[in-house]
Amino acid sequence: MPTTIDRSRLQELLQDQAQLVEVLPRREYEAEHLPGAINIPLRELNSATTSQLAKSRPVIVYCYDYQ
Amino acid sequence: MSPRAAWRLESLGFTSVFDYAPGKLDWVSAGLPMEGATAGIANLGTVARRDVVTCRLEEQISAVKARTDSGPCVVVNDHRIVLGLLRSDAIKADGSKTVEDAMIAGPVTFRPNVPLEEIERYLTDHKIAHALVTTSDGELIGLASAEDVHRQLSESEAGQLAR
Repeated sequence: MPTTIDRSRLQELLQDQAQLVEVLPRREYEAEHLPGAINIPLRELNSATTSQLAKSRPVIVYCYDYQ
Repeated sequence: MSPRAAWRLESLGFTSVFDYAPGKLDWVSAGLPMEGATAGIANLGTVARRDVVTCRLEEQISAVKARTDSGPCVVVNDHRIVLGLLRSDAIKADGSKTVEDAMIAGPVTFRPNVPLEEIERYLTDHKIAHALVTTSDGELIGLASAEDVHRQLSESEAGQLAR
């Protein structure tokens, strides 16, 4: 089950080399995103698009807010 | 959206998946840096001055006066959470009072990602000299004067006209 985290935990995980993914549409990602985040829009989340992610490392996803 | 993405990742075989549910609104509201095409556009966080005079509830006004005589002074606790605002007139008044007695409790605060045009309108409409800027958790970021906001807007407009 995915773990819900807050900003403080996010920053700890990022220091431990976690992978950060923004799942909003591309246009929103290009306007503004968290430093180091890559973009895989939710609609495009599949085995091909996630092959760039390492399964051995934590992955953090985020969108705009509590949607 | 992110909860569904997190579960989808698990269905794809990822075992260490985290959902930063508060999202980028939370991040930017905390005054943290962003990347992207609009990330460099000036907002309230850009103009807020970080060198703000602060004070504690239990302090006497006379002690605050020793640090500043022009105000305002932001009332914070140990975690820099904003509890109140001490205006200039309160600092100049009865020095034997405590900050808690003289302050404005629960002042209006703004997030750093608020656009400058919006803040300028608000400050003008409400005849307020300063905007108190905090994170979404209420932690003090800084104070932006109406002058600072107007100056930054003028500079941004001049920059756009020059292109």
